Amino acid sequence: MAHFTKATSIKDWLNQRLAIDKVEKVMASEYWIPKNINFLWAMGMVLVITFVLLLVSGIFLLMYYQPNVDLAFDSVNYTIMREVDFGWLWRHVHGVAASVVFLIIYIHMFTGIYYGSYKKGREMIWLSGMLLFVAFSAEAFSGYMLPWGQMSYWAGMVITNLFSGGSLHADGLVEWIRGDYVPAQAFLDRFFMLHVVLVPLAIIGLIGLHFGALRIPHVNNQDGEEFDFDAESKKYLDGDKAGAKVIRFANDFMAKDMMVVGIYLVFFFYLVFFHYDFAMDPVNFDPADGLKTPTHIYPEWYFLWSYEILRPFSTNVGLIAFAFAQVIFVMLPFLDRSPNAVPASRRGLFKYWFWAMLIDMIILTSMGKVPPVEPFGSIGFYAALTFIGLWIILPFITKMEKKV
Amino acid sequence: MKNKEPLILVVVIFFTLAVYYLVEPFAHSQMHKHFESEGFAYNDLPALTKTGDAARGKDLVLGAAACVGCHAISKEGMSAPMAPVDAAGAYGVNPPDLSNAGAVYDAKFLASLIKNPTHALMVEHKFDPAKGKVYPMPAFYGAGGDIDQEVADIVSYLQSIAVKGEEFTPTIAFETACGRCHANRYEKWTPIGETPTFKHKQDKLAFEINVANYEDSLTKYMGKLPPDLSIYIRSRGEHFIKTFVENPQQYLEGTAMPRVGVNAESAAKVIEYLEDSGDTKRHERDHVGKNVMIYIVIFAIFALLWKKEVWKDLH
Amino acid sequence: MKENSRRGFMGKAFGAVAGIGAVGSLVAMKKTWDPLPSVKAAGFTTLDMTIYKENELVVEKWRGKPIFILKQSADMLDTEDKNMSKITGKTTAEMDKKRLIKVGDAHYLVCIGLCTHLGCIPGYTPEEKSFLCACHGGMYDDTGMVTKSPPPRGLDIPPFKIDGMKLVLGEEGPEYKKMKETGITL
Repeated sequence: MAHFTKATSIKDWLNQRLAIDKVEKVMASEYWIPKNINFLWAMGMVLVITFVLLLVSGIFLLMYYQPNVDLAFDSVNYTIMREVDFGWLWRHVHGVAASVVFLIIYIHMFTGIYYGSYKKGREMIWLSGMLLFVAFSAEAFSGYMLPWGQMSYWAGMVITNLFSGGSLHADGLVEWIRGDYVPAQAFLDRFFMLHVVLVPLAIIGLIGLHFGALRIPHVNNQDGEEFDFDAESKKYLDGDKAGAKVIRFANDFMAKDMMVVGIYLVFFFYLVFFHYDFAMDPVNFDPADGLKTPTHIYPEWYFLWSYEILRPFSTNVGLIAFAFAQVIFVMLPFLDRSPNAVPASRRGLFKYWFWAMLIDMIILTSMGKVPPVEPFGSIGFYAALTFIGLWIILPFITKMEKKV
Repeated sequence: MKNKEPLILVVVIFFTLAVYYLVEPFAHSQMHKHFESEGFAYNDLPALTKTGDAARGKDLVLGAAACVGCHAISKEGMSAPMAPVDAAGAYGVNPPDLSNAGAVYDAKFLASLIKNPTHALMVEHKFDPAKGKVYPMPAFYGAGGDIDQEVADIVSYLQSIAVKGEEFTPTIAFETACGRCHANRYEKWTPIGETPTFKHKQDKLAFEINVANYEDSLTKYMGKLPPDLSIYIRSRGEHFIKTFVENPQQYLEGTAMPRVGVNAESAAKVIEYLEDSGDTKRHERDHVGKNVMIYIVIFAIFALLWKKEVWKDLH
Repeated sequence: MKENSRRGFMGKAFGAVAGIGAVGSLVAMKKTWDPLPSVKAAGFTTLDMTIYKENELVVEKWRGKPIFILKQSADMLDTEDKNMSKITGKTTAEMDKKRLIKVGDAHYLVCIGLCTHLGCIPGYTPEEKSFLCACHGGMYDDTGMVTKSPPPRGLDIPPFKIDGMKLVLGEEGPEYKKMKETGITL
């Protein structure tokens, strides 16, 4: 047995058992962050705060929600919205946060792409981040089923049908996923389980992995600068705080994070109280009806770009294109062949690739929601082709890139 | 090193707003028809030219016009000749109690309705006497005098007995204008009236059978069961409901839903009723919202000041 | 690696035994997700085919799915659809008969009322004698054949058995088996 001495204080007692001083140094006060970063680097903390909001509001919704096809709709719209004190607040926070979390994820992702933060030892950060994106997508989709409104039902029908694999006709697989021939009680129950247990557990685990993956390669900076963290941190600890190129995670970096979080929360709560409609589709305030398709079926906005890659093609090609779109972002660190880990503005053709990709995805997002009539059908088709084309040319244009 | 943060912020905001505009206002403008309200003016119907006399109107309603042969006027102590379920079995839908018709419906609409019901209700496509489909309410062809004067008298009588001012509640507006076809389960309203509290299981079952029978007749009459309106304020929104009620045909050509003919005041009251049922906590939301906004701005200011303090030494 | 190679036989054997346990539990997990016996048993519906009127779409329900019943009138059976003939190289009357179910003297379209693209319910227009899916604009003719993509195939025909003037959905009769063999439905 290890040797323990009589503790001189509570802190000492804890130190002997948990090494809290050491942990504090590793995780906070001597976790060195570059100083030349901008507010985009605070998106991680914004995501943590949003996730906490989702978790807390979700816990309170769970207390009154009924995962039963006959009761679910009214347990949300009557019990939670009308009867439970502040039930409406939890629901609005949950609904708005579920939508806004994807906005922040996309900003966070495109920040990473722009500054090359998936390269040179940071590949695992990118990969774990993409796994988080998948887990959040599963969480969002399963949660969307729970109010059991028209959009819940029909989105459930359309998305689970994707697993029939087009010409493969894997109807057995679709029925296995649903536990019935159509979305019904078994379907609602299992998506409820996924939403409140399995996927949140996966998300929490992945957040741990994502943070862990960051600790060794350190945070990137906005100039693509490589520097000696040991030398710079020594400078800081010796008192030259202004001269050092690094800052402490806590409180230096945290203070800036919290400033951004403060501004973000102003925006967030404005949406919660005064502009929540965008996150709660009106169609979903009609109870699920398996015999009446809504006039327009579309996913929530954050899935629209990949939905639009599916839509303009025939079933099989569409599914292949859709599968391509789902996995291709994961491959980014390996498709980018350039040796440079610097901002896109200093990277030749990649600069144009970045903006083209961003704009193309916005076009896809827009076309994914409007009815598939002309000219939207053609715009969507060409935007989908552009998306695939951009990924195909990426290895070639990055290979051509000169070292900076 | 130049501070690029303002530029980055502008870029982020620009793309965020672009996405918002494209998936919300733009997409919805492409998906839904949009019609402006006429303010419940019913411009296609002829204006009232005569001033009515309520006393003469009363004689007509009770006598020559034979209104009470089908309609109840419970305020004046006249009950309906048939129970709602039986009336629906006979006519398709329970004929309305006329007690508050004068307050709920537009006077011009009422006058047109009395003279030519299917035209005022915009259901001529559904009830074509040539095809043997006759609207259950017969038109009033006059009691021998000037028909316009007689109709004005009837309208005047209905207005004189109807609720006024404070007594005219959103519930009365909804129950009179919508409640014979539409249920509202969140307000315990069924098309045959409010769900009572039951002492015995048998009473509850008997009531439910009555509702089911009524809804069966209604389904046959309308083609499908008119929807429950509990949270229509969230699923359709105020603008749609108002313009749809004003002229259902412009959104849904051939729909069995009649033009309701409410006046602007009762339309506003129906909306208020629907808000109470489907967006019950809206006042609390606005109130709490304002306080939270004030707090969160203070929170942001303190966060900013803390950052300034911490970063003082770092620059 | 050196450590690994030194691991003994029993270590590997233990790993294998643990693996079998894990796979075994996966079987149980998979089976738990299967549709329940009560769900499967509720899969039969009997329809009286005499009640339907010509060119009037009736929607029945089977296994929670909408079932379209469309009794064909004489002119619907004869209508020449040039488009369809071009695609299939067969006359419309030939194609029609193959997709339709003959009960008594009348022909019926009996199909699952879900678009074969992504499962929305198409609407029927009696004047044009065609189905239109509002979701992605797919169209079908009065026998459920695709006339406009994206749907990859005609409306699916549910398993059926003809029993006098009745039709049992969920059971596979000889007529259904023939349709399946000739690839008219899946």
